[in-house]
This record gives sequence, structure tokens and C-alpha cells, in this order.
Amino acid sequence: MLALRAVVFMLCLLATVVQAEEAYPEVKVADPYIELHTGPGGGYPIFHVVERGEFVEVIKRKTDWFKVRTAKGTTGWVERGQMERTLTAEGEATQFAEAALGDFSSRRWEAGLLGGDFNGAPVMTFYGGYAFNANLSAELSLAQALGEFASSTLLNLNLVSQPFPEWRFSPFFTLGAGDIATRPRVTLVRAEDSNDATAHVGLGLRVYLSRRFILRAEYKSYVAFSSDDDNEEFEEWQAGFAFFF
Amino acid sequence: MASGIRILLLIILCVLCAGAMAAEAETDGGARQVITPEIERRTIDVDKIDTEDFEAGIYGGILSVEDFGANAVIGARLAYHITAGAFFEGAYGQSTTTETSYERLSGGAPLLTDEERKLTYYNLSLGYNLFPGETFIGRNWAFNSALYVIGGVGNTTFAGDDRFTWNVGAGYRFLATDWLAIHFDVRDLVFEVDLLGEKKTTHNLETHTGITVFF
Repeated sequence: MLALRAVVFMLCLLATVVQAEEAYPEVKVADPYIELHTGPGGGYPIFHVVERGEFVEVIKRKTDWFKVRTAKGTTGWVERGQMERTLTAEGEATQFAEAALGDFSSRRWEAGLLGGDFNGAPVMTFYGGYAFNANLSAELSLAQALGEFASSTLLNLNLVSQPFPEWRFSPFFTLGAGDIATRPRVTLVRAEDSNDATAHVGLGLRVYLSRRFILRAEYKSYVAFSSDDDNEEFEEWQAGFAFFF
Repeated sequence: MASGIRILLLIILCVLCAGAMAAEAETDGGARQVITPEIERRTIDVDKIDTEDFEAGIYGGILSVEDFGANAVIGARLAYHITAGAFFEGAYGQSTTTETSYERLSGGAPLLTDEERKLTYYNLSLGYNLFPGETFIGRNWAFNSALYVIGGVGNTTFAGDDRFTWNVGAGYRFLATDWLAIHFDVRDLVFEVDLLGEKKTTHNLETHTGITVFF
């Protein structure tokens, strides 16, 4: 009997948990109506409207589209612009605002892809950055330069200083250290792998495009502390595309 | 006498009115509130809404490497959807190439060692959902889908060397549910090969089918 009670109790508890999980946030429609699309995109047809004063549950989000469920159980996708003009149960405006120029200077995480030239060889870089404050951030990047005679992999950690974070065209300075691993082509006779520490300085420009997109161009000058006493110098030009979140 | 009664009635009326007003004032002051409203504050935490902008998955198919046969390829991909249209994708794949016809016919020494025959690639690409839409199966089923174009740069390690690789292609994404998708892709991997002394640009076509989940 006790066991049965325990099982019933557990089931009740489980039911509560399941119910709790399904309690999605609700918002109240404040516009004359909002439009429900069949998919998360402007091209998907509008098949339903929800009128002012009705509540909808917000189930999930994909980029700028929200999947909502009406009181009658109809589900559809609503654009962020319309969701912004809904109200919370308390009657306050909801905060679905999209990133804007103001957020560009207060961003925390940034990631991007750059391509360009490293000492005459095509290079591509993937990087991620974290901003400590509006002016200073740290970046970790992994690059590969594929030259005529060798391919190099560069791993860099650098600090980036951005003196004018609020500008749309925002210049930056960078200073960092890393490692360069070079592997000569197998078709070359004297083929010896090398792995050296590097230091670099650079400057560049970030251009805020719109929403969460940034264009980025930079120049870096590297010194590789090579094992055969002769330090090598490299120049790198890159441009690419990044986004912040 | 009549005026006396009138005055008495007026006094009673005044007292009653004053009493009523006093009672009203008390209610306003909330000192004798009978019902305490239980207001449950519900705020919407936007960060708690499940955001499904990342997509990860695996794929398998056929990669044709110029001169080195068409062989099985397997890979993994990770994508981040920036807008409803644009996405950023990183992929890694590997294949093992087979002997060239020349090697088989001549019966001489093989061009590559077994290790060199292995091909791995990675690429970082930007894609765009060119034709988003719905796919209908029968009368009762409609699934979201998209035909996308994609292109980018990367590296192919083949025949012992790293080779700068362009990739361009198109694919079809079929969403079985909001979070589960099936992909059909065609890619052209363009890289230079200098195995026989002469450098030449090769176009290596890959077709694959994959499955991804959004999270």
C-alpha cells in the first residue's frame, strides 16, 4: 500500500515536472493583430492571425522568428518586429529587440572568418574573441597559410584595443604571441618541418554593418623566433566577415 | 413642533451621511481591506526561450578525386544560422582514394603510399537559403525545406600536402521537424595537384546525404 502511494506520489511529481517544462512564456498581442507564418521566413505564407488582447505562448526561436502557440493550439512563426510590439502579462513591452549599433560597442563575444595574404601565400583564419569591456578584448585565432613551397599553421592569442568603440568605423590595435608550424611541400628536396614561437603587432578596422554583422580588415607584422638564430619576419593582410553575440 | 421634527430628521441624516463617508474613507485607507489580491507576477525572460540557431550533423556520400577514383566520403558539419537566409558552416570530411588507371595498367611502382592516399579536408563556408519553401508529401503533410547555395575556402590534405581549396555547391535541406533536418548536397572542391611535376587545377565533385539537428 505504501509502495503504491509512493508510486502515485512519484507520478504526480513527474506530471508536475512535465507540466512545468511545458509552461512557455506568454505574451499579449498589442497590435491590431499579429501574423502567423507557416515557417521561419518572410516568404512562408501567412495562414492565421491573432487579434489584439489575445495571449500566445512563445515556444522557440530561430534567428529572427518566433514559434508561437495560440490559446486554441494553432502554432505558427511570427517575425521579431511584430513580437516586439507584444506585452507581457503585466502589460509591459517585451524585449525582443535586435542587436543594433549600440550593442556593437557593448558586445561580449565575437567570431569570424578572414582571408587574405600571408607573405605571398593565401591564408584563412577563424577567430573567436571575448570583450572584457568596450575597449579591450582577447582573441584566439587559428590560421592556415598554404604557400607554393610550404603550408603553415598559425595559432595566436592576442589582445585587441579599440579606442573608439562607439564609432561605426572603429579602428583597433592588436598585440599578441603565438606559434607557427611550417611543413614544406613533399615535392621539395630539402624538406624539414619547423615549429617556432611568434610575436606580432597589427592594426585594423572594424565596420559595423547591420544587426550583428561586422566587416573586418587588418594588417599584422609577425616575427618568428626561428631556431637557426635568424629571426624571420612575415606580413599578413586579411579581410573578412564577423558576427557578435 | 413640525420644524422641530424636521431639524431632528436633518440631524439624523447628517449623522448617517458622516458615518457613511467615514466608512468610505476607512476603506480607501485600506485599513479594513477584506480581500487581499494575490497577484502572481509573471515576467517574460527572453533568454529562456529556446533558441535553435546552431545546426550540427554528420554526412556520407561519394567524393570523386580527379585521377584517383570515386570513393566513399564521411564528414561532420556545424552551422550557425545568422538570419533566416544566411548561415555560416564549417565542415570536416575524409575519404580514402584508390589507384589511378595508370598505376593499374603499368603495373609499376605506386604513385602514393597508403598514408598519402588518405584525403581529409575542412572548409569554412557561407551559405544562403536561396529558395526557402515547403515540400508537400501527399495531401496531409507539409514540411519546411530550403534550397541553398554555399561556398567558401578551406584546406585539403592529400598526397602528403596541404592544398588550398575552394568549395562551391548547392544543397537541399528538408526539415522533418523543427529540429531535425535531412540534407542532400553537391559540392565542387577545387584544389591544385602537382603530383606529376606539372601543377594543375582539379575539380573534385562530392555528393552526400546527411542528417542534422538544430539546437
